[in-house]
Amino acid sequence: MSTALEHPTYNYKVVRQFAIMTVVWGIVGMLLGVILAAQLVWPQLNLDLPWTSFGRLRPLHTNAVIFAFGGSALFATSYYVVQRTCQTRLFSDKLAAFTFWGWQAVILSAVITLPLGYTTTKEYAELEWPINILIAVVWISYAIVFLMTVKQRKTSHIYVANWFFAAFILTVAVLHIVNNAAIPVTAMYSTSIYSGAIDAMVQWWYGHNAVGFFLTAGFLGMMYYFVPKQAERPVYSYRLSIVHFWALIMVYMWAGPHHLHYTALPNWAQSLGMIMSIILLAPSWGGMINGMMTLSGAWHKLRTDPTLRFLVVALSFYGMSTFEGPMMAVKTVNALSHYTDWTIGHVHAGALGWVAMITIGSMYHLIPRLFGRTEMHSVGLIAVHFWLATIGTVLYIASMWVNGILQGLMWRAINPDGTLMYTFIESVEASGPGYIVRLIGGLCWVVGMLIMAYNVTMTVKRGEGARQPLPQTA
Amino acid sequence: MNNLWGDSLSGFWSAWIIVITLGSIGFAFWLLYANRKTDKTPDAEGNVETTGHAADGIEEYDNPLPRWWFQLYVGTVIFSLGYLVLYPGLGNFAGVLGWTQEGQWEEEVARAEERFTPIFAQYQEIPIPELARDAEAMQVAERIYLNNCAVCHGSNAQGGYGFPNLTDDDWLYGGEPEQILTSLIRGRNGLMPSWQQLGEQNIENVTQHVLALSDLEHDAERAERGAATFASVCAACHMPDGTGNQALGAPNLTNDIWLYQAPGQSVADSVRQTLRNGRNGHMPAQAAYIGEERVHLVAAYVYSLRFRD
Repeated sequence: MSTALEHPTYNYKVVRQFAIMTVVWGIVGMLLGVILAAQLVWPQLNLDLPWTSFGRLRPLHTNAVIFAFGGSALFATSYYVVQRTCQTRLFSDKLAAFTFWGWQAVILSAVITLPLGYTTTKEYAELEWPINILIAVVWISYAIVFLMTVKQRKTSHIYVANWFFAAFILTVAVLHIVNNAAIPVTAMYSTSIYSGAIDAMVQWWYGHNAVGFFLTAGFLGMMYYFVPKQAERPVYSYRLSIVHFWALIMVYMWAGPHHLHYTALPNWAQSLGMIMSIILLAPSWGGMINGMMTLSGAWHKLRTDPTLRFLVVALSFYGMSTFEGPMMAVKTVNALSHYTDWTIGHVHAGALGWVAMITIGSMYHLIPRLFGRTEMHSVGLIAVHFWLATIGTVLYIASMWVNGILQGLMWRAINPDGTLMYTFIESVEASGPGYIVRLIGGLCWVVGMLIMAYNVTMTVKRGEGARQPLPQTA
Repeated sequence: MNNLWGDSLSGFWSAWIIVITLGSIGFAFWLLYANRKTDKTPDAEGNVETTGHAADGIEEYDNPLPRWWFQLYVGTVIFSLGYLVLYPGLGNFAGVLGWTQEGQWEEEVARAEERFTPIFAQYQEIPIPELARDAEAMQVAERIYLNNCAVCHGSNAQGGYGFPNLTDDDWLYGGEPEQILTSLIRGRNGLMPSWQQLGEQNIENVTQHVLALSDLEHDAERAERGAATFASVCAACHMPDGTGNQALGAPNLTNDIWLYQAPGQSVADSVRQTLRNGRNGHMPAQAAYIGEERVHLVAAYVYSLRFRD
């Protein structure tokens, strides 16, 4: 990176590094997703090789999109936002640089070990113990950089975005360490210190809070800065942000057992997971309302500003999937939806519609500013990306709804004699068309990301050439 | 109502769960209630004044909580408290409905048994050869087969690597009604021991002999040498002429049907592998999964396969 871009007050270097890697890992992660979607249509694409089989590439896809793409985006935006809203430089440039290289090392280890078949078998926590220790060290360094920067702020108040970032960083540290507690057996093999139903419960306490804190609280922090900034409007309600912040972080902690309905988990634990998931609806929607209502008086900007459109559509998908979540946590609904493609659709409504859209909107705001420009190279290409992403998401979730409900109904259909009406393989056959539509949705996303990569490259090049003065601090 | 308190948790943990559950719901509700009113009055645009602080130029209004959102929040809290009264959730308190997932399962199974058992009991009265000619019964049987047996033996019942073909005339344990029933009810365990101790030369000789038994291309000299080993080692189960023994599940080696020939593998390689490493076939006992009435029907289905083209 050119030193001519150095900001006099803030550390933008680490933000730039993470921002660029967000785009890179976004392409890698989503491309893996498309390969997996294609494998479900044409199983021959497993290539009969262990390293390219669905079972090994699937965790690589989830790790790449959540921790590499989403993680880099969270590092980039939290480091940017905390500096701008606290009006102070990051606590330590060296430690911040360590978090960048450390995090990239974690991702690289995942790219190597997961296809080789090393896995703890815990969903979203597949990486083996030596990598987990590195994650813990990087994450604690991240917490130190972020929290110490907040502590050194030159403003009297801590802005709401920083509450969410701080809650996300602290909770993820606890979740990661507790769930990955294991006894190492060899250099790349360990066994969990928990067993049986307790292991399952700890795993889903982790798993659901990975959604709640990594993919929700962190990205709400992003939303609270980039939405009012891009819309140039005040946040709708400070009061609402207080209520929904505290309610969200407290209630999310309880929701994990809804992943284990009708299992060996005790009845009481299942019920608590269900009711807390229902109570979670209003606190989740609090964030959507606060974001959406911030646009009142600025709705006309949606016509001309595709970046703002990304941010607003992200909030709509957030509202949709946080309604769907509590509904699917109800036992009777879960009995139909569990183990079907509906779950996959729900996850992607959140992952593509919310997480990726809010990230991309934020990046289109952030990247030109990091490289000394006021706008992206091409606003038209942002609009193209917006439509590809929106259509891709709709195709993805609609096809998975149809498949999920189809599977759920086929599995429970019985003949008058009590025998099952359909065999499992018939439900797989019936899911074929949905898998093709999902693949098309995924392709839209990857093409959109490639357009973004081009737009970002051109923006960076022009920025370096122009060497325009950087925007001053507020 | 006398089963309101279960005994799965100790008194302390039960109390702990009740306290933190109600405490958390109470906190969530207090948080909402404490913030229900704002003393600021909205301006002409409907917005109230900002809080006065700005972060990187971002100001914040202090609008009141939207009414519909407030009511939604209260509604979910009331629903949840009601649910905890009716269903298990508060520690050992079982809920006034006395519902458990185990109870729900037992009820549903009992209801299904009551409805469907007579249908199968009626079929069980009919002897298998006769039942196998009953088209309607075979339709029911096929559904049971497809959902329980097809995963190994295939939808077309022609088997696969390690899983016997049920449509040919070659039976490991016999194809008579009683023999099929026994296979289904009790399951089968086929064990071919490893003969590594014979040494590679002898294994090769026996392999050539086995190929000769099925009239396949073989090395006559080696086959002859293998015959001696076969007679002393293999004949005990596979019989001196190699036609096998259904009482032991020892396969017939003279009909060119090979259970363990992997896709793309030559017969010779498959036989060598069997001799070196042994084989272990396992047919699980089905009576425990689907009950003897349905087993009877499936036995008739398997028996009926011989009538097909």
